Amino acid sequence: MTMTATTHRVREGKLARVAVGMARFTLTQPLGTLGLLFVLVMAAAALLADWAPYDPTAFDMSAMLAPPSREHWFGTDAFGRDIFTRVIYGARTALAIGFLSSLIGCTVGAILGVASAYFGGRIDLVIQRCVDILLSFPIIVLALVVVAMLGKRMVLGIDVNLVVAISLPIIPKVARVARAAALTIREMPYIDAARVAGFSHARIIFRHICPNIAAPYLIMFTAYIAQAILLEASLSFLGLGVTEPTPAWGLMLSGNAVEFYREAPWMILFPGLAITLAVFAFNLFGDSLRDWLDPKFKT
Amino acid sequence: MGRKLVWAGVLLALSMPGPAFADQPTKGGILSFAIGGEAPNYDCHANYSFSAIHWLAPHYSTLLKFDTSAYPSIVPDVAESYSVSDDQLTYTFKLRRNVQFHDGSPMTSADVKATYERISKPPKDVISLRSTLFEDVASIETPDPFTIVFKLSKRDASMLANFASPWNCIYSGDKLAKDANFPRTSIMGTGPFVFVEHAKGSHWVGKRFDRYFIEGKPYLDGFRAVLMSGPAMINALQGGQIVAEFRGFSPAEKSRLVDALGDKATVQESGWSCKLDILFNTAKKPFDDVRIRRALNIAIGRWDGARSLQRVAFVREVGGVIRPGYEFAAKKEELTKYPGYSEDIAAARSEAKRLLKEAGVENLKVTLLNRNLSMPYTPTGLFVIDQWRQVGVSVDHVQLETSPYQASLQSGNYDVGINAACDFMDEPNLQLLNYISKDLSSLNYGNYIDRTLDDLYEKQKRAANKAERYALVRQFEQRLFHEAYTAPLIWWHRIVVHHKQVRGWYITPSHYLGQDLASLWLAR
Repeated sequence: MTMTATTHRVREGKLARVAVGMARFTLTQPLGTLGLLFVLVMAAAALLADWAPYDPTAFDMSAMLAPPSREHWFGTDAFGRDIFTRVIYGARTALAIGFLSSLIGCTVGAILGVASAYFGGRIDLVIQRCVDILLSFPIIVLALVVVAMLGKRMVLGIDVNLVVAISLPIIPKVARVARAAALTIREMPYIDAARVAGFSHARIIFRHICPNIAAPYLIMFTAYIAQAILLEASLSFLGLGVTEPTPAWGLMLSGNAVEFYREAPWMILFPGLAITLAVFAFNLFGDSLRDWLDPKFKT
Repeated sequence: MGRKLVWAGVLLALSMPGPAFADQPTKGGILSFAIGGEAPNYDCHANYSFSAIHWLAPHYSTLLKFDTSAYPSIVPDVAESYSVSDDQLTYTFKLRRNVQFHDGSPMTSADVKATYERISKPPKDVISLRSTLFEDVASIETPDPFTIVFKLSKRDASMLANFASPWNCIYSGDKLAKDANFPRTSIMGTGPFVFVEHAKGSHWVGKRFDRYFIEGKPYLDGFRAVLMSGPAMINALQGGQIVAEFRGFSPAEKSRLVDALGDKATVQESGWSCKLDILFNTAKKPFDDVRIRRALNIAIGRWDGARSLQRVAFVREVGGVIRPGYEFAAKKEELTKYPGYSEDIAAARSEAKRLLKEAGVENLKVTLLNRNLSMPYTPTGLFVIDQWRQVGVSVDHVQLETSPYQASLQSGNYDVGINAACDFMDEPNLQLLNYISKDLSSLNYGNYIDRTLDDLYEKQKRAANKAERYALVRQFEQRLFHEAYTAPLIWWHRIVVHHKQVRGWYITPSHYLGQDLASLWLAR
């Protein structure tokens, strides 16, 4: 009985701290909150996409190129597919690929950066020269080459090779930042203590250094989701990303949309708007998160 | 007074820009045009796509060719004249004496013989996609350097047209003797233009062959073909960086170009001897089961599809394996009796679901191989996916570039594919060739053997009269659709928009014809 009451009190205390933290974030970062709200709306749309009014791949020959109306809020495309439904489902594609690519890119980049800083010497030299090589390619070019070489491989409805192609350009950028952060931490006395205690390199890296670069990691993770969404849309627009009939914002801007944009401007307006707002929201949220987490900005 | 009037009349006539003056070909100029795909190799005999012949045709000649201004008339090309024996078993060609290859060597009957032997009986490592068309050639004789005689074992109604096929590029016999596969990597013909360069993924350049065998032709100094398709090509045409693309445009692209170019645009339209087929790889499970193939065929609502898709793609007519409108094509009342052509699509879909359930694949998943060409492959592919969705079939749509796409079809590395069945002319021997057994036709990508189809193909080829041939072609279609080896989709409608300055080019129902550019000229 006493134990349960204590547990409740601890939980309530944690919840109160989270609530206070959120309130403080909202007050100090109003733009970031706005971004976060849009991200949450997008996530909800992606999760609840199956409740959209139409099937995203269903043709309706009688409603081809229909303008926005009560039946079709965002109009229809050249095959009579409901654009509102496709934008909603497109959020699922964008978030799935954006989230996964950013997660993989940032995690691999962070581990490489930390390992590079921790070991130093030749390992640092080799990793940093590889990072230099990867950084010398423009992001879109690197992703294009990878996606063209690997082709398409679907796992659970997601093109794994596309995720790899988008993750790859993220890795060197994150590795650079993670290395810089880890170089400072490496010199801390508790790292020396861990070494003296005989802990393995892996334990020191994953238990003692990685958690201490969580703040920059989180900031980069958020920011690179936006970049990954943009890259996915660009690759799909170029015909190298998601393929028809999968609803994806970039893809909705290519194909027949290019032919009919004068006759049916809503075909490009709404997916274009969705891309812009998603990238804007993630960037706003990422910037605010950086300001909020970085002690330098706090002072 | 009278003399003054005459002079005034003459001056007036000379000052008026009439069609008689404007339509006189003028020499010179470089033609810049677009081609929407790249060939996997340079061998005419081994290719079947416009993305090969549009690059290659200006460099080669054929025995005969189609007069595109009066399609389907056939006129001599390197042949000066030809005769056909009364029994139609002997074709004798007298060759022009002034034909030279681009390396300066003279072309003789030995070169033509070597070429046709390569086409009809290809050596082991040579691909000849149209060898079946020449299976009746019993012997090729060359009584003198400028006469060639083809002796047939059986009469073949389409043989003259076969000699006019743009795919039968004439190669140098000497070069073939040294390496039978030299045309895969080298370009050396007798055509109006000499090959200059090919930058892969970018452009192709040809210059006038000054010793071309037709006096005064070609009119152009040269051409520059650029690899370009989709919106980029339309923008380039609109901006004048290119002046033509000869394959075809969608109705929306046509409207945009006509609006933008105004009276600078010329629009030519025609029926098109092209359609897309759904191919089932019968060598792979579950497509060896006729019930599944039949279900997928009858689930497609072609009539509604044709009405709607023609707004967004260059497709128009519903037909069987012969182009609608041609004398051997099935009429609508005959078509609607074929499986897959019923106008009662609800009943057809119920039957499709029943067949899938019976075959134990109610939730069938299909990987559909398609070509990465927006028009009309993507819209047609999406249409098919939507039709199959309505009977519970889910589709993974894989679109590949021309080379890997072609390689997948040829190697049988696919489940269900979309393939263009296009021919250089309307002729049952050509159209039906796509569907006879694998061991008889290299164009059969369904990997099936059906001797009934082979027998019907043979019989229609030898039919004594048109009525008999028509009936046999119907029997062929019935058998093909009953076994559902393939599911023909909607026939294409060809629209070509080019700048008005491009003259001497005429649209035909085949986008393979008329691409040697010998008669094309640029108005100043």
